[in-house]
Amino acid sequence: MRIAVASGKGGTGKTTVAANLAVTLARHGQTVAYVDCDVEAPNGHLFLKPIPVGEVGVSRLVPRVNPGQCLRCGACARFCRFNAIVCLTDRTLVYDELCHSCGGCVRVCPSEALTEVPHPMGVVKTGVAGAVRCVSGTLDVGESTSPPVIRAAKQAAPPASWVILDAPPGTACPMVETVRDCDYVLLVTEPTPFGLHDLRLAAEVMRTLHLNFGVVVNRADPGAPETRAWCEQGRVPILAEIPDSAAIARAYAQGRLIVEALPGLEPLFDQLIARLGAEVHREIREEGGVLA
Amino acid sequence: MKLAVSTQGPEPGSPVDTHFGRARFFRVLDTETGQQTVLDNADGAGVVQGAGPRAVQRLCRLGVQAVLTGHVGPKARTALEAATIEAYAVEGGTAEEAVRVFMAGQLRAIVPAAGGGQLGHGPRISVRQCLHPLETRAGQSREPAGSGSA
Amino acid sequence: MPEAAALFELVVLSGKGGTGKTCVTASLAALAHEPVLADCDVDASNLPLVLNPQPQRRESFTGGLRAHIQSDRCSACGKCQEVCRFAAIALDGPGNGCVPRTYRVDTAACEGCGVCEYCCAGHAIDLRPADSGEWFVSDTRYGPLVHAGLHPGEGNSGKLVMLVREQARQIAAATGRRLILMDGPPGIGCPVIASLTGATRMLVITEPTPSGEHDLERMLALGRHFGVPAWVCVNKHDLNPAMATHMERHAVERGATVVGRIPYDPEVTAAQRQGRPLVEMNRGPAATAIAGLWQRIRAEGSVLINVND
Repeated sequence: MRIAVASGKGGTGKTTVAANLAVTLARHGQTVAYVDCDVEAPNGHLFLKPIPVGEVGVSRLVPRVNPGQCLRCGACARFCRFNAIVCLTDRTLVYDELCHSCGGCVRVCPSEALTEVPHPMGVVKTGVAGAVRCVSGTLDVGESTSPPVIRAAKQAAPPASWVILDAPPGTACPMVETVRDCDYVLLVTEPTPFGLHDLRLAAEVMRTLHLNFGVVVNRADPGAPETRAWCEQGRVPILAEIPDSAAIARAYAQGRLIVEALPGLEPLFDQLIARLGAEVHREIREEGGVLA
Repeated sequence: MKLAVSTQGPEPGSPVDTHFGRARFFRVLDTETGQQTVLDNADGAGVVQGAGPRAVQRLCRLGVQAVLTGHVGPKARTALEAATIEAYAVEGGTAEEAVRVFMAGQLRAIVPAAGGGQLGHGPRISVRQCLHPLETRAGQSREPAGSGSA
Repeated sequence: MPEAAALFELVVLSGKGGTGKTCVTASLAALAHEPVLADCDVDASNLPLVLNPQPQRRESFTGGLRAHIQSDRCSACGKCQEVCRFAAIALDGPGNGCVPRTYRVDTAACEGCGVCEYCCAGHAIDLRPADSGEWFVSDTRYGPLVHAGLHPGEGNSGKLVMLVREQARQIAAATGRRLILMDGPPGIGCPVIASLTGATRMLVITEPTPSGEHDLERMLALGRHFGVPAWVCVNKHDLNPAMATHMERHAVERGATVVGRIPYDPEVTAAQRQGRPLVEMNRGPAATAIAGLWQRIRAEGSVLINVND
């Protein structure tokens, strides 16, 4: 079962939900892998504190010019749509950071003067946190593109009954890359105007990708009914509501898992798992209800 | 010599554009023949990254030897140095004023700082420089195409 | 001596989401003198929700070029999929009488590199502008606001961010305003880089938690990488004062300037529910701290922006 934990808005509690969910599943005796796909700002390891097992660099290909064969025709520079190649009278410059690794320059070169070499762009770390197998992808500072590192992290996930993917915030490519092959997506939101606004955007992505999804409301506030109303109207299930409590905020600020710092909250995650199990086994309704 | 000025508009009286790579136009002047052309850089101004290298490529193809501009980003600086295009700092004024001041020898050259960038600890530019076999400049060693940093 | 028309571009970033970028930006907008405002978080644009914008202009955004396969010319040879480095091509296009299925480009995954176009023997592929979102120029009480929305699931946010910034610069030039205040996106990837390059300063809003500390470190590295000096402000600092102090010290060691701290204050959410900047709603602890933050920012930036008031 591949479960992604995503959200439109950043900071709603994806990592909190994903990490605590993984640990609870392990406590239930399930084999679990937690994969941190928020490669621009991975934080799961701060709470799970895995013992490191291995580390693999992620790289992409960038061109290298062989001066002996280069005709200085400039075809490579003209082809490159990312301004990564500058062809000067006596030399060729290649800007690795601007290169998108498309391989086009190599193809258009009339004299086969270009080869490709690896350029590091990130790292995937694996580790173990109790019974939870942990994988974390990190994008190098200065690199623009997350999806290759996200893909590498997902590929490094060991087989398990449950694979929990901690997604990046937002609704663009990095989030899509994380959720695209999952069985179910938990959208974590907060009952604020920003939270609801961005939840709607995330739900739209779910619909476009034909993914089954449900909502977890974090910092739930009984005085803010808009989120619940929207979910009811769209027949989107709310699988858990985590209360807005100072104790939880303190545990988070201390880098502690909720279920370990506050064992009284274990049932909340037990119930989340029970509802999750029921949801993923429901048939996908083609129309999916009305999403406002 | 061939001179380029980064400008906000296509007229000789247009104000100088202080951002080199994202300048809206380049006014190219041949100081010997007096011929002037205007390069529209709208496409370059709008790219996410690589505006500087792109501008240098275009100027290089035109045989420009010096550029009058304001701020030159680190990637552009690397390319200008590699292309041996001199860059001079202009502070305001119009394109034609900038040319006059330059010809009077009153413009400050934008000399690359030791660490690159504007702040003493500028970005590390990962650039491979591949020197072609037949044309090496006097006094410069031939570097293999390794990952040079500027 | 800065030019008379020197522009100060301040981008508010965080690395980690949810630290309070948008709330702080909205309040700074209310405090600043004649700013131009820009929401560079085009994936999840929230700044307009608290500035009550009156849209004046709405344009569609074509996110750069994307490959397009003309299905009636496709022979389904599969070369395009073979050469695509971005997993953007799949055999899920319509049949065309010759083949039951043709290849189709997923425009969200396509990077517009042109390799498939170059390799297609049947000339069935061309690059076309793709409609990826919209951008707006709106009036607000605090100044003109440029904002945008990418269609959910789309890529190329970087280009839309550049467009938003360019529009903001044009408005600044046209109105004689010299401060552009930008609400930035979370993370460190392309849209963040696009909001950061060439900015005068970045203001990092962080929180006193392990996540905040971890992501602050990466933001400061990003600032150094792109040569943009950093200002730092710890939000909700009183949730862990020791951590806040530790992070500030660390930031200074990394060459950043600490420009303020904001305490936790439930009024922040109340103001958001009212759709207004916090500093307009009350004078509570957070509002007072943000006002102090603005004074400090003005002082730090005054050499560059020459603000009179």
